[in-house]
Amino acid sequence: MASRTTAIERGEETGPTSRRSGRLVYRQSIWTRLTHWVWAVCIFFMVTSGLMIFNARPDLYVGQQSGFGFDNTVLSIGAERTGDGGVRGVTRVFGHPFDTTGFLGVSGSADNPTIRAIPAWATIPSYYDLGTGRVVHFFFAWILVATMLVWWISALVNRHLWRDIVPGGKDLKRLPSDIGDHARLRFHHTRSYNVLQKLSYAGILVVVIPLLILTGLTMSPGVVPSWSWLLDLFGGRQTARTIHFVCMLLVVLFFIVHVLMVVAAGPINELRSIITGWYRVDDEESEEEGAR
Amino acid sequence: MSDGPSFNRRRFLATAGAGASMLSLGGCDAFDAMLGQNDRVRDVLASANQLTYRAQRLLFGEEALARTYAPSEIRQQMRPNGSTSPNQDDYTKLQKNDFADYRLEIGGLVDKKLSLSLDELRNMPARSQITRHDCVEGWSVIAKWTGVQLSRLLDQAGVKPQARYVLFHCYDSMGATLEGVQYYYETIDLISARHPQTILAYGLNDKTLPVSNGAPLRVRVERQLGYKMAKYIRSIELVSGFANINGGNGGYWEDQGYDWWAGT
Repeated sequence: MASRTTAIERGEETGPTSRRSGRLVYRQSIWTRLTHWVWAVCIFFMVTSGLMIFNARPDLYVGQQSGFGFDNTVLSIGAERTGDGGVRGVTRVFGHPFDTTGFLGVSGSADNPTIRAIPAWATIPSYYDLGTGRVVHFFFAWILVATMLVWWISALVNRHLWRDIVPGGKDLKRLPSDIGDHARLRFHHTRSYNVLQKLSYAGILVVVIPLLILTGLTMSPGVVPSWSWLLDLFGGRQTARTIHFVCMLLVVLFFIVHVLMVVAAGPINELRSIITGWYRVDDEESEEEGAR
Repeated sequence: MSDGPSFNRRRFLATAGAGASMLSLGGCDAFDAMLGQNDRVRDVLASANQLTYRAQRLLFGEEALARTYAPSEIRQQMRPNGSTSPNQDDYTKLQKNDFADYRLEIGGLVDKKLSLSLDELRNMPARSQITRHDCVEGWSVIAKWTGVQLSRLLDQAGVKPQARYVLFHCYDSMGATLEGVQYYYETIDLISARHPQTILAYGLNDKTLPVSNGAPLRVRVERQLGYKMAKYIRSIELVSGFANINGGNGGYWEDQGYDWWAGT
């Protein structure tokens, strides 16, 4: 194992070819592959339209209501006049101001700055239109919930959830060595996910996306009269809105790391497995299987 | 207009956003062209709102009450939003006289037309509730509302079987078009209209409803977003549909592309 070089050391291009000796295993079921790509589309449209909706009131609060006559703001994105007659973008996190000119609060070119919380390139639609942002967001919300339902049923029936996603005691024991491997960009290509993969997939699928759906429902005045436990669970509509936003950030973070890891671990092999299901494992796979 | 998105800010940001979208190179503006009003892609996406309406009506009880709060939760003034000072002559004339000459007309598909003064409304059994107002923009404010249940007035007028929606005509102008002055208007279905917490409010936080919050009368529809809760109510009409009223979408903001149900 120690003699094995990493994908990065060999370069991305040569990575998969130099492992030709490894056999192909059927790693991803049709349900995993289908839901993966539907989610990819959903998350793109939901994050961008959600940022449009956020632009209507780019402030986050804790509690049941928004403090206008008192202060319960935890995040606020705005613009301020500067002494020389210009504007600068200011993002306040727990009251601490950060200059975010060019990105948050004020974006666009220096000669023609635009005052808006989230810049146009990150929202759908790119122009300010709350009504249209809501149309896009709620359409993909239904698709996301339906896909989630399909995934839960299939993952429970084909045991994908317990076999591949939720980490067990053995996985957790490997956590320190797995963190070390990731830090050195050493990737083992095996049938099963490594423990950091399991933790991040379980975190997104079992924790973050369900939280996004539940906090979204908590913000709905048509839902909470009947499901008022949601208001108690999240500590109020405005806290739910804040959690919804934080979960969105986690999804974006996951997406960035996920794509970087795919590139680092050998994009051709990884993409083949999530499109066709077939994944080329390392030669040592037989030993790994035995260890499990 | 009701507590919908602020008109001036919306217009300002729309202009600012349009400028930004011209500047952005290959961002999310790639989808802008499909999302304009009356575009087919947009219509398909918007059909999900009908699903949301039906799902919420199916899953959740017609009588379920919106959460009410303790008086200690009233920690600030009710935030005025949308129109805050209508300047139409017929409204300012009523305002000068403290709305003593105001009459609420209830007509349309009813057995008996009603015309009620504010005193007559105040002398009817009142209902007070401390509830959370949820604006479509994302903010919420808790306030105490006092008024008469709309169901009581509907029973007095007698709703004809073919009536399906309650239409609120308002005093506040949203600007002029070629067809004339565009007044704020809204529609709700009869389930919302007959909900026990749906009241025509004349009181806010134990005082007379101020002009900025919709005096003399605004509707509270506690299980839907703020823009459903029409302010400055001129008259109420029972209708069988709203396809032929103004933009045909059942409300001022709905005609601007906002969903009619507004339960999410």
